[in-house]
Parts: sequence; C-alpha cells; structure tokens
Amino acid sequence: MRKVAVVGVGMTKFSGKQDKTCVELFAEAAMDAINEANLKPKDIQALFLGNVLGDFSEGQGQPQAFAADYIGAFNIPANKYEGACASASAAVRDAFMWVASGFCDIVLAGGTETAAKMGTPLATRTFAMGSDSRYEYPAGITFPAVFAMLTHLYAKKYDVPLEKLKHQMALVSVNSHYYGARNPKAHFQKEITVDDVLSSFMVCQPLQLYDCCPFSDGGSAVVLACEEKARKLTDKPVYVAGVGQASAGNLMSQKDYLPRLRPRELSAEQAYRMAGLTPRDIDVIELHDCFSIATLIALECLGFFEYGKSGEAVEKGETKIGGKIAVNPSGGLKAKGHPIGATGTAQVYEIVKQLRGECGDRQVEGAKIGMTDTLGGDAGTIVNLILKRGW
Amino acid sequence: MEHKLSFKDYNEALKQNKLLGLRCKQCSAITVPPKIACAGCASADLDIVELSGKGSIQTFTTVFVPPEGRESEMPYIIVLVELDEGPWLMGNLVGVDPNKITMEIIGKRVTMGHAVFPGDKYSAGEEARPVFSLEA
Repeated sequence: MRKVAVVGVGMTKFSGKQDKTCVELFAEAAMDAINEANLKPKDIQALFLGNVLGDFSEGQGQPQAFAADYIGAFNIPANKYEGACASASAAVRDAFMWVASGFCDIVLAGGTETAAKMGTPLATRTFAMGSDSRYEYPAGITFPAVFAMLTHLYAKKYDVPLEKLKHQMALVSVNSHYYGARNPKAHFQKEITVDDVLSSFMVCQPLQLYDCCPFSDGGSAVVLACEEKARKLTDKPVYVAGVGQASAGNLMSQKDYLPRLRPRELSAEQAYRMAGLTPRDIDVIELHDCFSIATLIALECLGFFEYGKSGEAVEKGETKIGGKIAVNPSGGLKAKGHPIGATGTAQVYEIVKQLRGECGDRQVEGAKIGMTDTLGGDAGTIVNLILKRGW
Repeated sequence: MEHKLSFKDYNEALKQNKLLGLRCKQCSAITVPPKIACAGCASADLDIVELSGKGSIQTFTTVFVPPEGRESEMPYIIVLVELDEGPWLMGNLVGVDPNKITMEIIGKRVTMGHAVFPGDKYSAGEEARPVFSLEA
C-alpha cells in the first residue's frame, strides 16, 4: 500500500438551522480544502461523501452526485456513505484505501448534514432510524435513551454512585464548552458550569440537556493524496498512519460487553496495529462525545484509561490540554456541534489543524500524532483514524 | 435460504404474549429477537423455542423528549431485560412511575406482556414490543 496524506481540509462553521442546502454546505468546505491543497476541482478523481438524512431534511437523495457537479468536479465517481454519525469517517477510510491501493492519486472525502433544519421531533425520529427499526424502535428508543441506559449500566457495573458519575459527566461537558468557546467554527461558543449542566432539563433519565450534543447544520471536507503528490502540494502533509472500522448489531446483541462497545475496541486495535502505535503515543484525540457518558466509555475502549476510571481522570484534568491526553480541543460534538454526516471529517479537520499548529487558543502544543473516533448508531458503525505529522 | 423464524412470525407470536426465540443445534445458544444465524456461533442450524419472558432488569431510562409521533406516550420507561434463558431484550416497563424510577429498579424480576406500535409513515407497519411488569 502507498502512503496517503491529508493535503487540505475545510469546514463550515457548525450552527443551528441554516438557509443553505447540504450540497451548498459541503461545497463551501470542499472548495476550502481543495484551495488549501493548491488543487483545482478538475484534479479530484473521486468523491466520498457522508450524509445521513438529506432525504428527510431536504428531500435530497444522492447529494454526492450533485455535490461533485456543483464544485466543478464533473463526472467523477461519487459515492455516499451512510454509517449514521460515523458516515464521513467511513468515507475517509475508504478514500484512504482507494489512494493507498494506487487506484486514485487524489480523492475528496467529506460530509454534510442539515439536521437542525428538521427540528427536534423529526430529528429525534430520524436519528432513531440508526437503531433497529423492528426490535428497538417499537419501544420508543431514541439516541439519548441508548446512552442513558449505558449510563446506568456504567454506574452499576463499575460501582460508581450515580451522583458522582453525573458530576464527572458534567465536567466532560464543561471541558467541551471551554474549548468550543475558543473555536470560531463551533456551534456553541460559550462556557458553561457544572451547575448549568445539572440544572438543565431532563432529556432521558439520567441525561440532561447539557449532557447531549445539539442537532447541527454544517459541512466538512478533506483532500487525500498519495505521498508523491502530497510532497509536491504541501510542506505539511499529515499522513494517515492507521485506520480501523467495525460494526455491531442492536444494543441487546452487545450484552456481553456493555457498557463497553466491542466494535470500538476492535476498530481502535486495528488502527493502533496498522500505525505501530499505542494509546500512549497519541497527543490529541477528537472522540465521539455525542453524550457526556460517551466520552467516558470511549476513553476506556480506546485504551486511554482503565474501565470505570475515566471519570476520575476527567476530575483530575487528565483529559484537558496539558493532561495525559488532550480530548476534543475543538469543543467536540457537544460544543462544536454534530451535523451527523459531517462529523467525521470535521474531526479530521481539527486533528490536521492541531498537528499543523494552527489552533490558536486551543492549540495542543507540539502535537505530532492525533486520532479520531467516530460512532454511528448503537455502535453499529465505529471508525478510528490515526494521523501523523509528515514533517 | 429460508428464515427459521421471520420477523412476521415472531411479531404475531408476541402479539399473543408468546416470546419465540431460536435455539442453536450446534452450540445451544438462544437467539432472540430472531436472526437468520445463531447469535453465538453463526450457525444457521436452528430450532424455534418458546421462551419464558421472565428475567431481570439490567438498565433503564425514562424518555422525556420523544420522537415525532410518540408524544402521547411520554414519559415512558425503556428497559433492557436479561431473560432467564440468557439473552437481553429491549422493551418498556409499566406499573412503575416513570417520574420516580431510580437505579433501585436494576436487578428486579419482571414478566413479559406486549404492546403494539401501530407504525408511522416511516416504518414498515405495525410492530409489537415486549412490555414488562414487575413480578408479583
């Protein structure tokens, strides 16, 4: 396999309801990524686009074809990736393989979503389509409900009193908002307190509003190139050092591991092995904090802390910039926002910017190796990417 | 390949408060809800078995922000129950105040009935789901 580098990244500001379509949002991000890579749309040989709900939010099927045409990459093969919230990360992983294999030299991967546009009732309904429609949805499952149940399982299994766990989870949200306030692209750019979290309304017991990420609109894109091209295009290529992906059935089928998410452990293992690295080598991670408890679960499945112990690590500041592992300096899904189809490439955007040292007030000083972690559905799709400075 | 136990047949039985599952002839694992292959060893050599519908609550939540179309049901409790035969099953819990439920409920014994989700414009028609009550 050939070495593959990220040579350009772009993302729109993530936000509430936009007037722009998902194709327009993606195009803004894509043009920024292409320009940054000193390329033209005609240089792009294929497009892999994450999008989950364009048909519900805008009546727009196959946005990838319109997106390719809209940006002037006429007639290139364009595929849509739908892996719920992990869609764009799956797109990047496959784009990586197309370039690594030698089939293409330059591929555009990205994602777009207009989730906020749908409003909470329809967004809650359509997000729940990422669960099992026959055996979970009839009981009224929603995504907060999945992670609410994981919260109680976590408290029980690791014998953490719920009140203590809730405080640790609130700190996760406080950290996310602290960094979000320093990210001009974030949906929410304001700091919050533990009291704000614990006094917000109950969404799904025990998850309150500020335990939950928002519905957001936004687009993101990255350009991948083979090593030979990358060296000509940029003096700061960020190499894709490792990739991993795994799947799982509905939540009940994962009973032997919960609240651990086995597909994440398998996916991370693949990525670490391919990169020849361990969790200790990672300087910064953008992980899938769709809910505050999701951060604690992810940190353990990815090997950063022992099972049941990541809440204590958060209390000690070990997940802040300067701590053991810098977690979600972008503000994460919680504060940066979660336009689901666009989230994976927005995570790659942040890691690339961090490795290049372009993150201002939220910069992880000297970061050389970064990782992304993206989860779709009840862990139906999990993707991990490890990125490394090429200079 | 034919399904040993299709969604349709499982659903029809559930509507009679009968919980059908599959027992693997190779590894004896029980698969419920049904799949075309054993949840344990992926063998397709399966027999239909009737399960007790009894078990214990492993986790729960009360939903206060419902999906479109489920507004009249809220607040409602969702549980994951470990059946006496081993598998976990998702359903609702009734007979407990959804505003007052706490983690004390975990481990409590339950028995299964059912309710039918009539379907909405996005779903493939009516679908029954297990509804659990605390064992008397």
